[in-house]
Amino acid sequence: MPNDTFLSRRGFVAGLVAGLAALTLPRSAAAFTVDQARTLVDSTVADINSIISSGKGEAGMLRDFEQLFARYADVPTIARSALGPAARQASKAQLSGFTKAFQGYISRKYGRRFREFIGGRIEVNDARAVKSYFEVISTAYLQGSSPFEVRWHVSDKSGKSLFFNIIIEGVNMLASERTEIGALLDQRGGDLDRLIADMATL
Amino acid sequence: MGLKISFMTAGGVRISALAATVFSLAACAGAPGPDGINDPYEDTNRNVHAFNRGLDRALVGPASKGYGSVVPEPVQRVVGNVAGTLDLPGDIANNLLQFRIGDAAQNTLRLAVNLTMGVGGVFDASTAIGLPGKPTDFGETLHVWGVGEGVYVELPFAGPSTARDTVGIAVDVALNPVRLALPEREAAAATVMKLFSRLGDRDRFSETVESILYDSADSYAQARLLYLQNRRFELGQDAAAADGAADDGFIDPYEDPYAE
Repeated sequence: MPNDTFLSRRGFVAGLVAGLAALTLPRSAAAFTVDQARTLVDSTVADINSIISSGKGEAGMLRDFEQLFARYADVPTIARSALGPAARQASKAQLSGFTKAFQGYISRKYGRRFREFIGGRIEVNDARAVKSYFEVISTAYLQGSSPFEVRWHVSDKSGKSLFFNIIIEGVNMLASERTEIGALLDQRGGDLDRLIADMATL
Repeated sequence: MGLKISFMTAGGVRISALAATVFSLAACAGAPGPDGINDPYEDTNRNVHAFNRGLDRALVGPASKGYGSVVPEPVQRVVGNVAGTLDLPGDIANNLLQFRIGDAAQNTLRLAVNLTMGVGGVFDASTAIGLPGKPTDFGETLHVWGVGEGVYVELPFAGPSTARDTVGIAVDVALNPVRLALPEREAAAATVMKLFSRLGDRDRFSETVESILYDSADSYAQARLLYLQNRRFELGQDAAAADGAADDGFIDPYEDPYAE
């Protein structure tokens, strides 16, 4: 099939050209943003550490975690993605209500486990541009467990550098929340308003 | 299909026959869906999951809490160290079957150090001197030989797995060098040691385990996702590090199919 060969060769050359262009053209711009991505994760980690060592009560810490999440993560994008297909039918008001509820839910869910971080630390090792986003690779050293890898996916598509996913030893927060929110919605017969109301207690 | 093991001994041939069976099982069971999950036996698996959850709630969870609070931490650490050292001969065998000679050497050195400086495996002297373990299993060996993961299964007692990893567990148990080498009573003691070590793990990671089993809306789906993602990460780690690719697990929420 000569046609196939032709197509694939053409595709290959096109890919090569695009690849070379990517290598040469926006180099300095990309490097700048890799640093931004790294800085974002560095500040996030520093803030997590200071919240944990603040000695506040649990309620105070959870409030701080919510502020941190709102400041460093692209919450509207994460929330919409976690909602999955239901986001398509949702009204604007529902979507913003869900985003707000989701922000509190995520902060409580992960913030409640701050005890596991006491005495631990996260070190940023590497940051790089991958396709349309940036990946910051870090290692978490927690007491009582071997060091493990935490990857942060960062994008500036919202207008500034914010993270939109965290991957711990291959386990993807966004995928996990899609499953969870999907199941919560199913339990309520697909009633998004009920889910939004209930999420305050989750 | 990458099963170039004809030069192996009779045991190897038996394993390769087994591997070939798994491979064909994996091949005919259909490809994973767009979400990367291949779970045609979901109904059965969900029943097993309900059983495992009940078992954890009634027995394993409370037993691990009892173990964690009654047994002093230094003793727990010793149990973990001995269990880890007992795993090493099996790890080394698998390292060799995977042609990962460096890993095999490191685990062998680890075994030697822990048996001597670590007083028969009581102390993990190797990790202290910067020689961490390279744990593996026969499921990984099958992966290295080119066997696909096959369908998702949740096993009674053992929990989330795949067709390939289930065969891996069976082979690791049946051909465990420690169990084959030790007299019956010592082999039984080794098994008990491992069970206690597992209880210790369940206790140490209780927050994670319980958040999945009891706090999530669909604990079956969460456990399945977690297992598959983490297992693929474990197995793909070397390849990903080698070619610098890192887009596994990447979801682009900015080009969301659900967006308006």
